[in-house]
Amino acid sequence: MPLLSAHQLSVSKRDRLLFDEINISVSAGDLMYIKGPNGAGKTSLLRVLTGLVNADSGSVAYRGQNIMQNRETYQSDLLYFGHALGINRSLNPLENLMYWCCQHNVMTTKNAIYDILSVLGLVGLEDVPVSNLSAGQQRRVALARFWLKTAATVWILDEPFTALDVQGIALLNTRIIEHLQQGGCVVMTSHQALDVDYPTKELQLEYRI
Amino acid sequence: MRIALKAIFARDLALAYRQRSELMQPMMFFILVISLFPLGIGPNPATLQKVGPGVIWVAAILSSLLGMERLFKDDYNDGSLEQIMLSATPLPFVALVKVFTHWLTSIVPLLLLSPLLALFLNLTEPMYWALLSTLLLGTPLLSLVGAIAVGLTLGLNRGGVLLALLLLPVFIPLLIFATAAVEAASLQLPYTAQLAIIGAMFLISLALAPFAIAYALRVSQN
Repeated sequence: MPLLSAHQLSVSKRDRLLFDEINISVSAGDLMYIKGPNGAGKTSLLRVLTGLVNADSGSVAYRGQNIMQNRETYQSDLLYFGHALGINRSLNPLENLMYWCCQHNVMTTKNAIYDILSVLGLVGLEDVPVSNLSAGQQRRVALARFWLKTAATVWILDEPFTALDVQGIALLNTRIIEHLQQGGCVVMTSHQALDVDYPTKELQLEYRI
Repeated sequence: MRIALKAIFARDLALAYRQRSELMQPMMFFILVISLFPLGIGPNPATLQKVGPGVIWVAAILSSLLGMERLFKDDYNDGSLEQIMLSATPLPFVALVKVFTHWLTSIVPLLLLSPLLALFLNLTEPMYWALLSTLLLGTPLLSLVGAIAVGLTLGLNRGGVLLALLLLPVFIPLLIFATAAVEAASLQLPYTAQLAIIGAMFLISLALAPFAIAYALRVSQN
């Protein structure tokens, strides 16, 4: 059975049909890469897959069960990384991650977060307000979630590589591969060519007028 | 779930502390309005006593409207709201905790200031106790109902005016009963009936508003 599947999805925004009759099936270990020009509806598709937005028609299922009916089971296994990072600028990285972990029922300790932040190259910045960090560093703070929520099987990533430097991209790529090898699945969009040594499934969205 | 809700409470408290200056705005507005009134309408104690309760309540409603947008706006803009909605914690409880924290940080200071302001407006002691009890029962209602409207106007860039227009008619009954209670207290009459009505409105909103807020927040993501 596929982990995540979508059946006959269609979404329109402001009277423009973004896509229709999209079928997706992602199994454990699959890396799905959604391509398409700006405005083609990649983000909208991902948000429908997370359950944040309702599709005009069609349904999404996690392990064969509709996600709208089993929101809690799905969401405890889901990790979504969107355009908005979900990091508060007045709080420091440590606080942001601690509160996030508590909200998502992730058991962790301060030391574990310190370790992850040092892997991400943020040593010494743990208690600086996020507003004082650079764009790339802010994204790295948000990326720490991939190391924290290890129970998540479904990863949905919207442009995760934006504003990251070469090292950051390599770090994230390694983490993605590791996750796939542990039986997770990844659905992602990216404008950069995907530089991973792993078989990918591709889905091309067209810009419609 | 309890851990998650505690974390949301702690986070909002920490944020309120970091953004003190933003929190001060409604409070300053409240103090300014009330301290300008005696200057504007003259220092006659009888007149002040007559308009006092109404002035305090109107100022409380307007200043709570002023600070209301803070409730979800930042979380909506920086994506924290998305992340909260994608956690397995039930959204109505999250909404309730956020509204409670907001009430605690932005309205309770107003209540603490109210004895001083009651003195400005020459309220008698029974009037003050009536005023305080209506405020205690009525302001959580303001926050709960206000949060629904905040949720509905999240997607708009300048939702503030619309927010006020949506909410003012809803707050009018509350204003009428609250000032009637204080008026009754000034005549040494019992005012439990008015309090009971405000209390009933508060309980209804406490039971239903969290679900409405949760729904409004889900709609805002579309």
